[in-house]
Amino acid sequence: MSDTAGRTVLAVEGLDVGAGHTPLLHDVSFSIARGERVGLIGESGSGKSLTALAVMGLLGEGLHARGDVRLSGRTPATRNLLEVGEAEMARLRGDAVSMVFQEPMTALNPTMRVGAQVAEVMRIHGTRDRAGARARAVELLDQVGLPDVAHLARSYPHELSGGQRQRVVLAIALANDPALLICDEPTTALDVTVQATVLDLVVRGVQERDAAMLFITHDLAVVATVCERVLVMYGGRVVEAGPVEQVFADPRHRYTQGLIGASDLTGEQGRRQRAALPTIPGTVPAAGRFPSGCVFRSRCAHETAECATQPGWTPRGAGRVEGPGRAPGGDTQDEGAAGYACFHPAGDAA
Amino acid sequence: MTDTPAIELREVCRDFRRPRTSLREAPPVVRALRDVSLTVGRGERFGVVGESGSGKSTLLRLVCGLDRPTSGEVLVEGRSIGDQPARRLGWLRTRLQLVFQDPMSSLDPRMRVRDIIAEPLVAQGIHGDHQARVRELLDRVGLDPGAAGRYPHQFSGGQRQRISVARALAPDPDILVMDEPVSALDVSVRAQVLNLVDEIVDGLDLTLVFVSHDLSVVRHVCDRVAVMQDGQVVETGETERLFTEPGHDYTRSLVAAIPDLHAALAGRSAQDLARGAGRPS
Repeated sequence: MSDTAGRTVLAVEGLDVGAGHTPLLHDVSFSIARGERVGLIGESGSGKSLTALAVMGLLGEGLHARGDVRLSGRTPATRNLLEVGEAEMARLRGDAVSMVFQEPMTALNPTMRVGAQVAEVMRIHGTRDRAGARARAVELLDQVGLPDVAHLARSYPHELSGGQRQRVVLAIALANDPALLICDEPTTALDVTVQATVLDLVVRGVQERDAAMLFITHDLAVVATVCERVLVMYGGRVVEAGPVEQVFADPRHRYTQGLIGASDLTGEQGRRQRAALPTIPGTVPAAGRFPSGCVFRSRCAHETAECATQPGWTPRGAGRVEGPGRAPGGDTQDEGAAGYACFHPAGDAA
Repeated sequence: MTDTPAIELREVCRDFRRPRTSLREAPPVVRALRDVSLTVGRGERFGVVGESGSGKSTLLRLVCGLDRPTSGEVLVEGRSIGDQPARRLGWLRTRLQLVFQDPMSSLDPRMRVRDIIAEPLVAQGIHGDHQARVRELLDRVGLDPGAAGRYPHQFSGGQRQRISVARALAPDPDILVMDEPVSALDVSVRAQVLNLVDEIVDGLDLTLVFVSHDLSVVRHVCDRVAVMQDGQVVETGETERLFTEPGHDYTRSLVAAIPDLHAALAGRSAQDLARGAGRPS
């Protein structure tokens, strides 16, 4: 435990977000260590993006957050980010923590040349002087695999393709070598070959900087490709967490099991016979309409009377499978890092 | 008659003129489709895949009679539609129906579900008990008959897509064309809608044309697939053959770039995906 504390970049403890009297997130807790890539999955309306926005201090008007969010970037985490002022948060954003959004066209300024936009983030945070920032911007654009960068730096966002724009956004996000990079569905709007390239660039950019990454998506295959650890959210709660191999190969929570079944179109060996796909009945309820107790019980086939009370967190042994190409995990994970909240878990524990 | 293909394209080209850039030169031309020849047999589940700008949507518009080819022939059930004015294509609307990607923009927000579903019947001048037909269709797509009196915004994304499917089935078509029908949906809802597509295509013996950029969805749904790139069909083949032994380089790079849960768990990284995709810049 002691050596994780030194390497922990983001620690979120008991994060609650609500709008008026409608609770949106409950008791979200997780931590990400330096060099670790963590995925956050769930359907729309599960609270994934809200979690990211709360960490970034970008919650909209009328939303209030409680809990403890600590970020140790260049300085150790002494303060709760939910309590610091906007001016302080503005100093952190783009510097110690940065974000890649889903839609690059709305994340970029249409009236500024892309090179100037990359340089701007370094000028604002005072990391480089004007000439240095301009030179570094071209370098960064080159690193994200853009062609003919000297010329491209002088073009406007509308002159670029979707994949190129997303690479510019990534270059901006990486410009100040952040300790934490948050990606919110960065490849959902992209074609499959472009997606592959952008995912590779994201992973390399994060690895080169030994940064922590929180990767939000609803595409399970993308998470399995990019991340080492995964958090599954539903109804504003983290319902399961653990190493990717453990959670996807042997899920415990019934929601995780349903998600995997519904998204796995191919089956173990290539194509499944044309049989009906397993589905999760119903749809995600609107915010504030989730049942009390286990949030998933209104859609769960295993619901019993017991589920009307909130299930506790069952930690799971960090018996992580070391897949090839994955960073060695070790048992430095604390208890919250792997586990689930379900009374009737799937798999061996049933 | 039975061996007439459901849809046939013969050397179809579609050019779009860009605005003139010079008074002396001819305006530049974008060749959206170049010599596309395809045959979709009756009862077949035919997939069209390709990236943005490959000509998928242009192809679809031609097949549905919403656009005319610059040259070549488009035949639906043996009848040419490429050279007919829109008012002579009434018969096509009862034979071929469309389901669009975004149900929110393809359903009129001011119409009740019963009027939305009955609209093709009204537009085609098909007489009979429309309300009974609407109830039957709602039941077919797994919606409560009580849904008839409600408006589209009162439904979730998956339910709206069911309404779109019910509307498409109203005139009892033989051919169903779906343009990215599940791209806007969550995985759990996507599975529900894919099951529905399976069920109605089998149950009503329809010919399905399914356009998507998501190759794993096409693999699940279709028997035969055409791969498009830059306005051309670069490869056509049985789905499984195409995915396991892609013949064309472009198909190979597309297939290699698909993230897959099992392959990822077996250790395939983002770098491997990018390498497979050939890193286009």
